[in-house]
Amino acid sequence: MPGLGTSFGRGGATTSQQDLANADAILIMGSSMAENHPVGFQWVVEAKKRGAKVIHVDPRFTRTSAMADHWVPLRAGSDIVFLGGLIRYVLENGREFREYVVRYTNAPTLLREDFRDTEDLGGVFSGWDDEAGKYSPESWLYEGAKPKGGEPGHEPSGSGHAKERGGESQDDLNPSPRDESLENPRCVFQTLKRHFARYTPELVEEACGVSKEAFLRIADVFSSASGPEKTAAICYAVGWTQHSTGAQIIRAAAILQLLLGNIGRPGGGILALRGHASIQGSTDIPTLYDILPGYLPMPLFDAKVDTLAEYIERNGAKKGWWNNIDKYIVSLLKAYYGDRATAANEFGYGWLPRVTGDHSHQAYWIEMADGKIEGLFVMGQNPAVGAPNSRFGRKAMAKLKWLVVRDLVEVETASFWYDSPEVARGELSPGEIGTEVFLFPAAGHAEKAGCFTNTQRLLQWREKAVDPPGDARSEAWFIHHLARRLKARAKLDPSPRNAPLEALAWEYPTLAPHHEPDIETVLQEINGWRVADRFLVKDFTELAADGSTACGCWIYSGVFPEPGHDNNKAAKRAPEDFYGRGWGYAWPLDRRILYNRASARPDGKPWSERKKLVWWDDGARRWTGNDEPDFTKSKPPDYRPAANAQGDAAIPGDAPFFMHPDGMGWIWVSSGLKDGPLPTHYEPLESPVANALYPKRQKNPAAATLERPGNRYAAFPDRRFPHVMTTYRLTEHHTAGGMSRTLSHLAELQPELFCEISPDLAREASIVHGGWATITTARGIVEARVLVTARMPSLTIAGQIVHQVGLPYHWGSRGLVTGDAVNDLIAFSQEPNVRIMESKALECRIEPGRRPRRAGAVEKLERLMEEPAGNA
Amino acid sequence: MSAEPASARVRPRITGFFTDSTLCIGCKACEVACKEWNEIPSDGFVWSGLSYDNTVSLGHSTWRHVKFVERLPVHGAGGFSSPDVSWEFSSDVCKHCEVAGCLEACPTGSIVRTEFGGVYIQPDVCNGCGYCVVSCPFGVVDRRPHDRAFKCTFCYDRQKAGMVPACAKACPTESIRFGELEVLRREAAARLVELRAGGVEDAVVYDPRDTSVGGIHAFFLVRGDPKMYNLPERPEVPTVRLRPAWRSAGAAAAAILTAAIGAFLFADGK
Repeated sequence: MPGLGTSFGRGGATTSQQDLANADAILIMGSSMAENHPVGFQWVVEAKKRGAKVIHVDPRFTRTSAMADHWVPLRAGSDIVFLGGLIRYVLENGREFREYVVRYTNAPTLLREDFRDTEDLGGVFSGWDDEAGKYSPESWLYEGAKPKGGEPGHEPSGSGHAKERGGESQDDLNPSPRDESLENPRCVFQTLKRHFARYTPELVEEACGVSKEAFLRIADVFSSASGPEKTAAICYAVGWTQHSTGAQIIRAAAILQLLLGNIGRPGGGILALRGHASIQGSTDIPTLYDILPGYLPMPLFDAKVDTLAEYIERNGAKKGWWNNIDKYIVSLLKAYYGDRATAANEFGYGWLPRVTGDHSHQAYWIEMADGKIEGLFVMGQNPAVGAPNSRFGRKAMAKLKWLVVRDLVEVETASFWYDSPEVARGELSPGEIGTEVFLFPAAGHAEKAGCFTNTQRLLQWREKAVDPPGDARSEAWFIHHLARRLKARAKLDPSPRNAPLEALAWEYPTLAPHHEPDIETVLQEINGWRVADRFLVKDFTELAADGSTACGCWIYSGVFPEPGHDNNKAAKRAPEDFYGRGWGYAWPLDRRILYNRASARPDGKPWSERKKLVWWDDGARRWTGNDEPDFTKSKPPDYRPAANAQGDAAIPGDAPFFMHPDGMGWIWVSSGLKDGPLPTHYEPLESPVANALYPKRQKNPAAATLERPGNRYAAFPDRRFPHVMTTYRLTEHHTAGGMSRTLSHLAELQPELFCEISPDLAREASIVHGGWATITTARGIVEARVLVTARMPSLTIAGQIVHQVGLPYHWGSRGLVTGDAVNDLIAFSQEPNVRIMESKALECRIEPGRRPRRAGAVEKLERLMEEPAGNA
Repeated sequence: MSAEPASARVRPRITGFFTDSTLCIGCKACEVACKEWNEIPSDGFVWSGLSYDNTVSLGHSTWRHVKFVERLPVHGAGGFSSPDVSWEFSSDVCKHCEVAGCLEACPTGSIVRTEFGGVYIQPDVCNGCGYCVVSCPFGVVDRRPHDRAFKCTFCYDRQKAGMVPACAKACPTESIRFGELEVLRREAAARLVELRAGGVEDAVVYDPRDTSVGGIHAFFLVRGDPKMYNLPERPEVPTVRLRPAWRSAGAAAAAILTAAIGAFLFADGK
């Protein structure tokens, strides 16, 4: 999300899946959309029918490639070279949408004199501290900008989901110096040109394994489908995210789309395809440790001054929409603490937990292994199969005192103590594991009402079809009654540590027959209400900072503006058009295409009749059109802010990206990212290929490897692990398999773990189609059936043949169909901005035959690790 | 479907499936929806190694089946050039023939033609003799061991209730279209023109009407040779062989009779 958030202002897909039907070209990369989003893919098919060109760039020829007009295989982990190549192609050939770039992006903005590019410093930007292993991003600021108090630099404990600021900010500049001729060598545009100058078609051929001709064909198809009359969209999924440079890959796409003028326009945009039903929702109302609902940052323990006022000052902005942060945080605190939140006690700000360090998934799993965590709740997840380095994870769970698993069936996470591979291999013994496991039956999605927020920021209400069987209950039921009981306990023991729990306002009506909390009431609380009379607010513009309103998540405010089920806008099911209107509710304010002010020229008229979306109606003096305008409706195109204007009033009438202080789309990100203001190619943390651009910076210097026993890496180079490995999902299964391996109709469709390899690799390694192969990484060892297929080509990288091994990851030790857990092979690692692991490009070894049984498997791995890495 | 007054007693429309394989993404939602609706058991958890196809063929427990036609790997295809790859998907189903071999062969009268034009096995009448299995020109009908014959019902129960068959309902890309047969045929013809104009020159509509099956109610649009999708070039119902069979049997009988009479004549002339 910081990739999109820093570029455009909000961490969500800029468009809707329906809107893909309006595209003239669609680039799908880092995703097999037809396989993993088959329902949404209908609009790609619709676009194809209307004449759009579909391009799929992927190491494998997948079911998506089969539907594409062009398929280009590339080496897993070389995405930034390919996208950087496209950026360079656009710049070198003058394919950019000039007026859009000049007026709507920060391309003309001048940068500080002390900034140094990776091209000057051999692979790092200025501000890099080799000892500390992090950037001080002050030199990335716009010219004349001052750091915003305190020392520049990123908080070590925070992560990048909120708009955590590293250097800051453009607040003091009004306006920031710009050169609209784009000629000044210190402007963003020229800096960008220099930065990507070496991303030539020849480099793409050398690093990605994509022929020059294929690359140039794609570059032409995509860029010529952009401009005033045409638009092109980009779809990506975790094939981009799960890299040590994930956020920067998405940034590269954002830069490309800004240069081509494809943001905020119908058929354009960047569609972040989320991993499953409510992944977007789980960051909007987060299950993440570092943000509060609505992308408000979590307060940090190490903040020097820790008051609500300081929080607002630090995380807000004088200019742009974040000027409203005080209203959102106070309303959130009122939702949390009700009457107990008063102006006198800073609305209970002191009761919020503080972030004391890195508590992302992998970090706490390591703490678990070190015995620092007593208990764990696992809901809607099966980490014993689905989490990176699941072998490490299963052993870590054996250090817990207690473990609560809620699921539809007894998944591997609940049964690790008696039937995990570690038990079979003698690494764990049930008699010696002290973990007490509580398995609760959970209600399925048809057995409970509620809301999913999907890929396109779309809240979709779900009715309950049947009551859950037996003792099965919804997660909401569990949390509701757990909270009630914990609050009752807290009341008995009025110690300070219980004060936040005791202060929590927790009043939800429950419904028969099982005392399930009424989820529509929860959605109303999320929408927000006036505290005095619980009158629902119309939307977030009615929220106040004085404690008179409560709102559970400001970006969702507007979903339930009046009482009664008919006013639950998430439950709307009357599709109207190819923007997606009429179906569900898209935050914010049911806007389907974000930043759609950019679909009109600076003067407010559409760029073209064919691609009109919203426009300024001079007679009515307001913005109107085919979508909800994502702009202050009454602000005319020629509005110019006064010198001392603040908030949205400081944003001119021709600045579509009004979440940003300068109202511009950010080709250049001066603050908010921990690994640079521009994307740069680094090799994956494990790669058989040397960095063709920066020999001394093989991998992203800001990424963490979390290397330790049980989480080892291949050396560079490493002849033990000569091949590139990548993981993915199949249409037929659901993530870690808990919902599909147990159902015969799904399990029979893909009944065994298999690997996909090229005919060349099969011959070289003497592996036969239909037989077995053993795949090993420095972390683990699995066996799989073998599909030898031309769909998984070997590539020539810098004169060497590089083989790629593909592995879907749905299997585990239980269910109707079983298999080794592929995530045993993946390392814990952290991309610097969102701390996600790199599971899409790593190194492996493949041998014919099955792996040894029982302890033999581990012995084989250890013997291999004792061999010298040597020269590849 | 439009609501019609019950009193009108209009003859129901002849319905059909038009499966446009150029829109199929191989998701198998049709297979799963079919099994869910019709409560069909699993047909085993066997990994086939045949591309992504593990249910392998239509059968007693698979009434919709997605075929994966993957070009065989070419050895020595290394290097950066895109290897010559193609991967086609097509969802197969009972063709509901105009002249149905299974229906003709059924000795119990279990197999009937419904008011929608579909061919339907009445479960309570079928005795599991298996004559229909060998009589299907497409190899669709299958007998479950120790049980009766099974195949696609054309979701007769759903159609009766005015609903679309489960597979067509579940298909996310409208690759499986359900509707009035003649309307679908016109749509297919238009789609073929559109595809050909778009450069997809190997697209063909598979709808054999000049053979003894006399037309099918589930027809297909595929790329390349229909035989790759297990669609026979000239499907024939077994009864088409009856006339020559009777003719040759008659001729043989006549010859034998002639010989017998001749034998007597010769005997007389001794």
